[in-house]
Amino acid sequence: MSERALVECRALTKRYGRKTALDSIDLKLESGKIIGLLGPNGSGKTTLIKLLNGLIQPTSGEMYIDGQKPGIYTKGLVSYLPDKNYFADWMTVEDLFNIFEDFYSDFNRAKASEMCRALGVNELDKIKTMSKGTREKVQLILVMCREAKLYLLDEPIAGVDPAARDYILNMIISNYADDATIVISTHLVSDIEKILDEVIFIKDGHIVRQSAVDDIKEEEGKSIDELFREEFRWIAPTEGGRADVR
Amino acid sequence: MEWNLDDSRPIWPQIKEKLMKDIVSGKYPKGGAFPTVRDLAEEAKVNRNTMQRALGELENEGLVITNRTAGRTVTTDDDLLAETRKTLAGSSIEKFMEEMEALGFDTEQTIRLIKENIEK
Repeated sequence: MSERALVECRALTKRYGRKTALDSIDLKLESGKIIGLLGPNGSGKTTLIKLLNGLIQPTSGEMYIDGQKPGIYTKGLVSYLPDKNYFADWMTVEDLFNIFEDFYSDFNRAKASEMCRALGVNELDKIKTMSKGTREKVQLILVMCREAKLYLLDEPIAGVDPAARDYILNMIISNYADDATIVISTHLVSDIEKILDEVIFIKDGHIVRQSAVDDIKEEEGKSIDELFREEFRWIAPTEGGRADVR
Repeated sequence: MEWNLDDSRPIWPQIKEKLMKDIVSGKYPKGGAFPTVRDLAEEAKVNRNTMQRALGELENEGLVITNRTAGRTVTTDDDLLAETRKTLAGSSIEKFMEEMEALGFDTEQTIRLIKENIEK
């Protein structure tokens, strides 16, 4: 506890017009953790990740990454996997590696090539010729081959088949430094709960729970997946039966 | 390698028990090298903190010993290994007896059943 938190948010709020995406959240994330950011669609997961990454500006409140406000310094610490594909599709994997090598001094090219080989990705292939799953693998290789302090992975496993999902989770657990923190946002809880240290439940722009995974299992005697389904089913009736949690 | 972890219970005690079994069964032989946290975490598909916690418990109990230079090794203490074997057997028996009780057999009936089955 004496150590400064890697991420700290104070009364962080983001509004889009009349819609409040994040409502005055307070949050602290420590180093060396794998953290699940769990919530149904539209709960504020992506908004929080984009704020931390400096892609959007908060309406009010403050946030610090390694003691600094998001900016040039924090971009060097944060490796971000967006929820969509943002590459020009005529590029090859090799082109992307070149760009990342130029942009990020912490990009480990040798490791990226090694991972391509392990995952059966050809570096000379163009993005547009790839399947969705292969594209996701390439994006994740790019993100995980940076030696960052904070990895923000927005829905890293949503679009891939279960076999590739296993690959990807393996890539995640085997490719981070001991003091790095990985935040994984998802609504596919059961697939990732084994690798998590901590979970954050987010609902309608509020953080409704932040605890260690083993504490939850001990106290509740149930899996995170079960708890997640309960937590988000509970509100459904008051909102006219909008129970599409999964 | 199957780890069969149950998501509804804390993961680290399950890992600890699995590793204890692997030690007494000789998968990791007495006095032999023990894998690193990183390798075990990858194998079990859990994160390193969880694996570290399980290994920390094994170290506290003396089943696994951390050497400053040579990594971790399995204990050479025969008494401790025998005791661990007994502890694990005890918890297996307890589980089994609970199941038998749920089927409506009391302890004596269960023991008789076991004998009958073995003689067959």
